[in-house]
Amino acid sequence: MSENKTHFVFESLPAVQMQGVHKWYGEFHVLKNIDLDVVRGERIVVCGPSGSGKSTMIRCINRLEEHQKGHIVVDGTELTNDVKNIEIIRREVGMVFQHFNLFPHLTVLENCILAPIWVRKMSKAEAEEIAMHYLAKVRIPEQANKYPGQLSGGQQQRVAIARSLCMSPRIMLFDEPTSALDPEMIKEVLDTMIELAETGMTMLVVTHEMGFAKTVADRVVFMDGGEIIEVNEPHEFFDSPQHERTQLFLSQILQH
Amino acid sequence: MTMSEGKTDYLSGQHPDLPPPITEVGVVGWLRQNLFSNWWNTGLTFLGLYLVYLIFMPLIQWAIIDADWVGDSREACTSGGACWVFIRVRLDQFLYGFYPVDEQWRVNLTGLLLAATIAWLTVPKLLGKRYAGLFALVVFPVIAYLLLGGGRFGLEPVETTLWGGLMLTLILSLVGIVAAFPLGILLALGRRSNMPVVRALSVAFIELWRGVPLITVLFMSSVMLPLFLPEGVNFDKLLRALIGIVLFQSAYIAEVVRSGLQAIPRGQYEAADVLGLSYWKKMGLIILPQALRLVIPGIVNTFNELFKDTTLVMIIGLLDLLAIIKAALEDANWLGYSIEGYTFTGLVFWLFCFGMSRYSMAIERKLHTGHQR
Repeated sequence: MSENKTHFVFESLPAVQMQGVHKWYGEFHVLKNIDLDVVRGERIVVCGPSGSGKSTMIRCINRLEEHQKGHIVVDGTELTNDVKNIEIIRREVGMVFQHFNLFPHLTVLENCILAPIWVRKMSKAEAEEIAMHYLAKVRIPEQANKYPGQLSGGQQQRVAIARSLCMSPRIMLFDEPTSALDPEMIKEVLDTMIELAETGMTMLVVTHEMGFAKTVADRVVFMDGGEIIEVNEPHEFFDSPQHERTQLFLSQILQH
Repeated sequence: MTMSEGKTDYLSGQHPDLPPPITEVGVVGWLRQNLFSNWWNTGLTFLGLYLVYLIFMPLIQWAIIDADWVGDSREACTSGGACWVFIRVRLDQFLYGFYPVDEQWRVNLTGLLLAATIAWLTVPKLLGKRYAGLFALVVFPVIAYLLLGGGRFGLEPVETTLWGGLMLTLILSLVGIVAAFPLGILLALGRRSNMPVVRALSVAFIELWRGVPLITVLFMSSVMLPLFLPEGVNFDKLLRALIGIVLFQSAYIAEVVRSGLQAIPRGQYEAADVLGLSYWKKMGLIILPQALRLVIPGIVNTFNELFKDTTLVMIIGLLDLLAIIKAALEDANWLGYSIEGYTFTGLVFWLFCFGMSRYSMAIERKLHTGHQR
């Protein structure tokens, strides 16, 4: 919300820098030599067949997964085993999950004000004001005092987006935000994400929604087998995919 | 549900919805459906009623109708029913043990204070729960200790060896519950910790205490522990028993709590992490509130057991309710009234346990926000 004094310094830095990142689950090589720079304000859509490592990749950015080799620098801070750095990065990076992961024992409003109060040390009144602001942005201010269990999937996901935004993150990660939703609810969530994109938020979105990729993304990243196969502007990506595997993937998902 | 409304005249098509006939719903409907639906079920119902009559009539006859209630010695018990005179005469001892009669007001006052504190904690309308919790955990124990033990503020000191009866049972179980619960939570968290040393210590602690019978623990605390202590150092026997009970029960609580922790989906941990919550905030604000809610039945079960297990202190010479009743039964003046004694003990224990379980059901209902995930 408030502009940081050092903003212009960050401006010149990429929001996320991944260099030669490798990750193994035991013997299984999930991420292979990932190189990706995300510019501030950029909207990136990551797609690829299931098991291609796309979720793992974005989960490495806020250290929900640990990478074993290579460098990840987020907002000028390198992710290491240093807990301090992880804390700094998590404060700046918001994340929205496939299964929403709202806290079921708290109301919508309580879900939103919890981290601002306990992590950002805001007063309750201030946190509530911000929460209501974002709940209005995602168009469900009237649900503030309900419990997540009383909301539809689409509403829950919008609350999850609002909850992340209440921490005023500089980067937002979306891990298949619409995959667990009934078809009629996908649009309301995508609309919210499009509005967020219009505010200039840096976004990394793992999704199968190719329509969203076409309208919103600055670049589309295609992954397969733990590797980034192709990175391109959406227009180029969909109309003239360079790589054979990209062509195959697109022909499979665009058939219907 | 009055039927008289049905008598009014209505325009065609305007007839209001009437309640269903009384023979279909409510008590009568239920009886019909469940007890008298056909000749076979009707027969079974009557047979059941007859059995109930066979079993309970003599009990009621003995315990209430034929019972002797007034008097002050066994001579008053002549009618052949239960001799409640025995309980009446000894009630003071059953409640306070050998606590000096002149000082019993201190126990009463503590009990009153306890009841008020519990009411403050549990009645939803009373505000300031945070202060109530603080009072219950910090202020009340100090007051209770000073009041019961005495020796300060002009109060006559009363040795814990004189404490007994229901008072002792309640002290043992309340202190046991209040101290074992947080310790159990810490152990459960320790057992799921990422830190190998913390985890190993927690596992070792839990498995050690779960592996020995409570009787052994009590014996150790009263007989063996003094052997290891330097000459002249002597803790109170009650305190030693309490420590034993607390450590023993905390291991059980830990396992119950751990089962709750395991039931919380990983997404909850991740969502808390992603919001930047530290470990203790994550656990305290997100994970434990949900996990504890899930295991309320298990926790209450453990408390229930703890309450009844306090009777085992009898074997190290502490006179809890059961022990003091047993002792009273040895009295030559009252030989042969063990049925009365044990019935009374059972009833008192049942009342407390039943109260606990009703309360736990009430919180379960209250905390249920219709969700999981």
